[in-house]
Amino acid sequence: MSHKTLTERIFESHLNREPKVGEVVVVDVDFAMGQDGTSPLAIQKFYEMGGEEIFNPQKVALVLDHGAPSPNEGTSNLHKMMREFSYKYGVKLFEIGSGICHQLIPETGFAGPYDIIVGADSHTCTYGAVGAFSTGVGSSELAAVMISGKLWFKIPPSVRIILGGKLPTGVYSKDIILYLAKILGADGATYKALEFEGEVIDQLSMDARFTISNMVVEVGAKAGIFPVDEKTKEWLKERGRLNVPDLSIDSEVRYESTLEINVTELEPQVALPHRVDNVTNISDIDDIPIHQGFIGTCTNGRIEDLETAASILKGRQIYHQVRLIVGCASKKIYLEAMEKGLVKTFIDAGATVINPGCGPCVGTHAGVPADGENVISTANRNFKGRMGNNKAFIYLASPATVVASCLTGKITDPRRFL
Amino acid sequence: MILHGFAHKLGDDINTDYIISGKYKFKTLDMKELSAYLFEDIDPEFTKKIKPGDFIVAGKNFGCGSSREQAPLVIKYAGLGGVIAMSFARIFYRNAINNGLPLVECDTSKINDGDELSVDLENGILEDITQNFKVAINPLPPFMMELLRNGGLVNYFKKYGGYSIG
Repeated sequence: MSHKTLTERIFESHLNREPKVGEVVVVDVDFAMGQDGTSPLAIQKFYEMGGEEIFNPQKVALVLDHGAPSPNEGTSNLHKMMREFSYKYGVKLFEIGSGICHQLIPETGFAGPYDIIVGADSHTCTYGAVGAFSTGVGSSELAAVMISGKLWFKIPPSVRIILGGKLPTGVYSKDIILYLAKILGADGATYKALEFEGEVIDQLSMDARFTISNMVVEVGAKAGIFPVDEKTKEWLKERGRLNVPDLSIDSEVRYESTLEINVTELEPQVALPHRVDNVTNISDIDDIPIHQGFIGTCTNGRIEDLETAASILKGRQIYHQVRLIVGCASKKIYLEAMEKGLVKTFIDAGATVINPGCGPCVGTHAGVPADGENVISTANRNFKGRMGNNKAFIYLASPATVVASCLTGKITDPRRFL
Repeated sequence: MILHGFAHKLGDDINTDYIISGKYKFKTLDMKELSAYLFEDIDPEFTKKIKPGDFIVAGKNFGCGSSREQAPLVIKYAGLGGVIAMSFARIFYRNAINNGLPLVECDTSKINDGDELSVDLENGILEDITQNFKVAINPLPPFMMELLRNGGLVNYFKKYGGYSIG
């Protein structure tokens, strides 16, 4: 038996033969997803293509998250279009307040090892954390999948990322992926799959792994896949996926390239405006005033992120010239954060807790910055205009760095509070 | 397929947020309306400078970021003839071809803003008429050429009822 990358093995399980890197294949898709910024166009394309039924309504979900609850009549009408489509064809609809698509899909048990998943959202790569090959597509392709259940792929070459060492206190998986963006650059892995291994992975929770897989598209990657271990199996079991198969890296595989990163000396990382790969060590940053902090998104809106943030905020007040916005990645996380007293901690510290959704990250509502303001955010993109104002400046960092900065009013190393 | 137009030069890593900002695209499916905001965040005057058939000429990694298919659609609805770049991000690349927007991957370093260009997609040649030089273009994969010839994925699906490859 020849040695294969995780990507090749996932495709092999669908093709029932060995795939070759670079070949174009058509495979059955295990799950497809669209959100409110992309589904309306997919629905329009579905009808234009002559779509009459969904290949399998159990394998499609539509999520109202990017502008939810709707901030204006245009969005409301597009939401209506999604609701009517969902009622008509019986596809799963996640209503407003349910959360962010990339939390909901794995949280509901729709993603698991060996699955091939597509979503009309570039951060669909998030589910690589549970051993899926999942990737973003456009609306036309979502429509084509809704009709046929299939999509074409070019089998990508894989890059092996070995994470060695031990994560120091105050340094998180967000810092690892920001550092990786710095090394690889915005197109460093275009058309490639990243496959992660190494002793650091054992130290990372599932929440932390989702953060890394979520951001692989920021270096152009098609997928960012983690092997399956006991943590993965336990996490999936709690979400109704039993008998999870093994998926581990074959150390004999010849990867296109290998990148080894030792995280022991890594310090908190910050992406400066207006590029995700414009990353610097926090110790190299001089006084940068902050006007708004944002904790949430499909990158860092999970319970561990909220716990980290709350542990620093507990008993403290955010700086009076700063506002902090917190949004949980799902309703389930929101409820857990309430039960654990995290929501109270945020509100006591002076933060505003918004409903689960994408809002501020994509500039639709709930936290558009003013001209000339600096925002420090746990999101995955800091492009000019991303949060709805092209005269604002967005810095990306871990939840710990975001809250530390909100406490002092300038970008601050969280280790000061740990 | 021969295309003809003038170059509007942009840099590297032009992301889809810059092509069409999220604050607009969530509100409507009217691509003509959206096309008025093309590149608003990086060049508010852009749409005033272009004429039908003109090209965007960019550096590497054009179309990175969000998967929004509104990005190639607004470029098309703004009247542009195609995008010429050193390289493209993968989701944008697929979305553009799926909507019949021609993409040309080649060395764009010598092309200047405002140059008159002619592109022969079938024979893989870009000609800079202003500066009088030719550049070979990387051919589209056969399946994507087939999609482009059919005017995009909708027409392809209507014709074949599904993917007729693999």
